[in-house]
Amino acid sequence: MNKLKVLTNGIIKENPIFVLLLGMCPTLGTTTSAENGLGMGLATAFVLVCSNAVISLVKGYIPDQVRIPALIIIIASLATVVQLFMNAFLPGLYASLGLFIPLIAVNCIVMARGESFAAKNKLLPSILDGLGTGLGFTLALTSLGIVREFLGTGRTFNFPLYAEDLGSLIFVLAPGAFIALGYMIAIVNRFQKA
Amino acid sequence: MEYILMFIAAVFVNNVVLAQFLGICPFLGVSKKMDTAVGMGLAVVFVLTVATVFTYLMQKFLLDPLGLGFMQTVSYILVIAALVQLVEIILKKASPALHQALGVFLPLISTNCCILGVAILVIQKEFNLLQSIVYAVSTAIGFALALVIFAGIREQLEMTRIPNGMKGIPIALITAGLLAMAFMGFSGIV
Repeated sequence: MNKLKVLTNGIIKENPIFVLLLGMCPTLGTTTSAENGLGMGLATAFVLVCSNAVISLVKGYIPDQVRIPALIIIIASLATVVQLFMNAFLPGLYASLGLFIPLIAVNCIVMARGESFAAKNKLLPSILDGLGTGLGFTLALTSLGIVREFLGTGRTFNFPLYAEDLGSLIFVLAPGAFIALGYMIAIVNRFQKA
Repeated sequence: MEYILMFIAAVFVNNVVLAQFLGICPFLGVSKKMDTAVGMGLAVVFVLTVATVFTYLMQKFLLDPLGLGFMQTVSYILVIAALVQLVEIILKKASPALHQALGVFLPLISTNCCILGVAILVIQKEFNLLQSIVYAVSTAIGFALALVIFAGIREQLEMTRIPNGMKGIPIALITAGLLAMAFMGFSGIV
């Protein structure tokens, strides 16, 4: 029960995007389509799970003064792993996500979970927390990607649903990202308070 | 002329916050008051320029000759974090007034993704050193500009009545969307 709570906490109650509002840059920058959002979400989720696991394993060996630099190096190395892996095996996705893959290294969520959860907990809960938060992040990015792709081009996961001419291109462009996310957070807020 | 075009492109057309989505966290976080927005803007101009010069030199004289290109992300982050500390220490000694003004914003900057983003971008775009510096300075000015405009709008927003669910971040994001739409008007001038 307790473990399940740790897992679902990151998905719903402390969803990184809709509730905690952390890691906005990749959220807005990579969600031009549902596919890109999903790819970015999974890449970040992978880094989150691994960094939480590593941090909880080494927490006893790192002196307190260098805790933050050590965290940064662990996360940056994992971001590099994802970057090289994606470049080798998923070149198409890598090209469309571009700069945001190395930028996972400075993603606030990864840092926040490592510092606030993994540095204080055992291995298994840390992995579950990373998984939950990562899935919550993926969920948020994918749903934002679906909304933007649907309104902008009339497709969902590249599957055409209505004529492309009827879509408003603005939702695929920069302003649409801000506006769509703004309304989605407003809707979440509305339901939370009710 | 080339540099003037680059400046206009980086400040208005490809604005770092509103078109490239780098540095959203400080953009939303420190834009509630005009003073803090100006302070953060100045700090970013300063750090981004210095960091880009350092990371550029490191790439050309250390990582490339040794074939360590894959260490880019890790080494850049370390350099930026160390640099921010160094800048803070030097400023404290050399110019206490400036340190007072930028004080709280300096540590925040090391996790600002527009610093790392620009440092990696200038390498990806294969700029030379002078181009990189111009690009870094103009990107940072673009960041500061967007931040200051946004802070001005948010100060006004404080005084208006907003539906409950829209208060705070949602209305800020929609405002940013409208601002981004306004900046889209610049596209095509370069």
